[in-house]
Amino acid sequence: MSPLRNAQKWLDERLEWDDLIAPLRKKTVPKHHLSYWYFLGGITLFLFVIQVLTGILLLLYYRPGANEAFESVQYIMTQVQFGWLIRSIHSWSANLMIFTAFAHMFSVLFLKAYRKPRELTWVSGVILLFLVMGFGFSGYLLPWNTLAFFATKVGTEITGQVPVIGKPMMIFLRGGEEVTGATLTRFFGFHVAVLPGLATLLILIHLLLVQRQGISVPPKLEVEWSRNPAAKREMKFFPNFALRELMAWYVALGVLGALAAIFPWNLGVKADPFVPAPAGIKPEWYFLFMFQTLKLIPPKVWFIDGEVLGVLAFGWIGLVWLLLPFFESDDPAHPKPWITGFAVIALAYVAGMSVYGHLAK
Amino acid sequence: MSGQRHRGRARLRPCRKGPQDDGALASEVSRPHSMHVRFSIHEMVLRSCLAVLLLCTLGYSQTKNSCLDCHSALPDPLGVSQETFSHDIHAQQGLTCASCHGGDPTNDDADKAMSRKAGWKGKIDRAQIPQLCGSCHSDAAFMRQYNPSLRTDQLSQYKTSVHGKRLAAGDSKVAVCTDCHSVHDLRAPSDPASTVNPVNVANTCAHCHADAGYMSAYKIPTNQFSEYSKSVHHDALAVRGDLSAPTCTTCHGNHGAAPPGVDKVQNVCSNCHTFQAQMYEKSSHKKAFDAASLPGCVVCHGNHGISHPTDAKLGVGPDTVCMRCHTPGDACDQARAGLLSSLSQLDKAIKNADQVLAVAESSGMEVSEARLGQDQARDSLTKARVTIHSFRTDLVNQDIQAGLKVADKNLQAGQQAMVERNHRRLGLAVSLIAIGLVLIGLRLYIKQIES
Repeated sequence: MSPLRNAQKWLDERLEWDDLIAPLRKKTVPKHHLSYWYFLGGITLFLFVIQVLTGILLLLYYRPGANEAFESVQYIMTQVQFGWLIRSIHSWSANLMIFTAFAHMFSVLFLKAYRKPRELTWVSGVILLFLVMGFGFSGYLLPWNTLAFFATKVGTEITGQVPVIGKPMMIFLRGGEEVTGATLTRFFGFHVAVLPGLATLLILIHLLLVQRQGISVPPKLEVEWSRNPAAKREMKFFPNFALRELMAWYVALGVLGALAAIFPWNLGVKADPFVPAPAGIKPEWYFLFMFQTLKLIPPKVWFIDGEVLGVLAFGWIGLVWLLLPFFESDDPAHPKPWITGFAVIALAYVAGMSVYGHLAK
Repeated sequence: MSGQRHRGRARLRPCRKGPQDDGALASEVSRPHSMHVRFSIHEMVLRSCLAVLLLCTLGYSQTKNSCLDCHSALPDPLGVSQETFSHDIHAQQGLTCASCHGGDPTNDDADKAMSRKAGWKGKIDRAQIPQLCGSCHSDAAFMRQYNPSLRTDQLSQYKTSVHGKRLAAGDSKVAVCTDCHSVHDLRAPSDPASTVNPVNVANTCAHCHADAGYMSAYKIPTNQFSEYSKSVHHDALAVRGDLSAPTCTTCHGNHGAAPPGVDKVQNVCSNCHTFQAQMYEKSSHKKAFDAASLPGCVVCHGNHGISHPTDAKLGVGPDTVCMRCHTPGDACDQARAGLLSSLSQLDKAIKNADQVLAVAESSGMEVSEARLGQDQARDSLTKARVTIHSFRTDLVNQDIQAGLKVADKNLQAGQQAMVERNHRRLGLAVSLIAIGLVLIGLRLYIKQIES
């Protein structure tokens, strides 16, 4: 008996391993011309794992504090063996993860994979996207450089615009009236403890739901396959789909390595709260569409403050987005076309505003 | 005329012209309450009446100025618009036309308002202008109420100036107060629109000094402004907006304007270029220039058209300075060549390091410490350029060596970063090949299990 078989037998005797992975053996993945979109969720998960691993390594040297944070990241980038690689991978992976999370969400939306009975999978996924953006927002401040400092200042100021709870929320986020070392410590706590805990829990729920409900098929194909079961095409999750997913992960790893080696993440200049904000300060690309929208809204719309109106509008749209599956028809033959229209407009708006925000001075 | 001016001033400081006890009274009124001055009932009633009378007079005079009713509609040179006069610092402080020109601005009848009986002086004679301005501006007690930090020696300084002396000698073409400060829209020097704001001073002086026709009688050059406009000082002031950079008045003085004189040039330059002056003071050139009655700094740097000093000035070309006096091949020429070579060496070393660091930085390498270190090397080069004024090669070389050491260290840091960058790219290539092989292997394996 091979050592691998021996190990498998040893585990099976103690954990009943075969029973544990039995569902995976039975699990199948629909096979059609849009199957490639199924890889996006897995790639996002892979990037999250990379984030956790590189994040733990960064924690060995990073010191949160206004007087130490920048210097510790500088030390990681220049003195620690492969520190530059770990930090660059962490930063690039964060951006790629947010991109793949957005892409995964829109693919689910356009493939209408959120329909009954997968409403909770969608809800957990959207909350995960919000958490991932929270990771981005909190992590951006940690190197304590000029851009991060002022972007956080602007970002938390926007939070302060939320009626009633805005101001206390802003003070809670900042740890005071202003962005200071207290904000940095706080954001560090969110970034390495609160958010990872919540995200891990939600990822487990998300995966469990995917496992329980199987992988969705686009409505048109679902109707076609239910009429003609012989036309149904599937592949085994393990090993067929899993190996393909593994290939996608390797590609992601290659892209990540190339980005980190050719474009190491810039450290910038240490934050100085006493200097004026650099001209044309902008948040990270994934917040640009909201930032640009708020910039375009006039200071007063009727009697409402423009920024407050913008924040409230985004809040409501976010809520509708979260509850989108509950507006969808149960009948796959007659899905609601307005939801697809809404998704198209949303995608065009997010992409257009992001590009506009990037180019605007 | 004079009486009327005093009438204008009397409105602003009513006690000044009164009897001695009134003067004392005014100074007592202006004291803070904490001084606990004891007044009798009689005195208090008298003071109250005077105060009410003063306020009424002031209030009326501020609302009534019949001069502008007519003069705002008249063409130049008699025209003064309300808008123009509103910018005038005197108008803003409550002074009126009558404060300088006399007359009765409260009277709507032009003949009565501009009657000699009412103290009207008409157009002020140019020769009288400095005295008229000085009657207030030389009065420290009077000026203190408006601006305690304002100097009051303008008139006495003016009298020592070339302008003042010529005016006293009967030359009415020379500049008087209003020629530089303007009239009727006279603004504080800190106002960017003021003719004496540092940025505008050169233009103001050039108004006369660049006019060859106007200046022909004086037989002095009129190219100062055109020269100055090309100078490093003009560039600093007008282009870079450095208000501390010198303009005409910085070197010549303002109210006491006069050429510095050959033996005093160094004193003028050293006001800003302190270290250069200290070096020069101890140098062999100082003695030589003094002996030859040469005007120090100006010999090498020029005066109005001082260009940005480059190391090339130490060369041997047509625009260079040393070889104007020195003989080619002598000991000084050799020292000059050595200094030039040292400066060029450090300059080149800094540029080399900058170039390598820039490439490393654009490749994403973290070289901020070396970048910061470059400032230290640049400081050494600047220091060496200052030390040149000692004309001692040993001192200059000390600074050069210190700079070279730092620049070399930074260059090494940049080169090391480039080596590291190449290692990273090699590592990436190996990793990508490995990933590619795994992908091919996986693809083949999938094909095999699915066939």
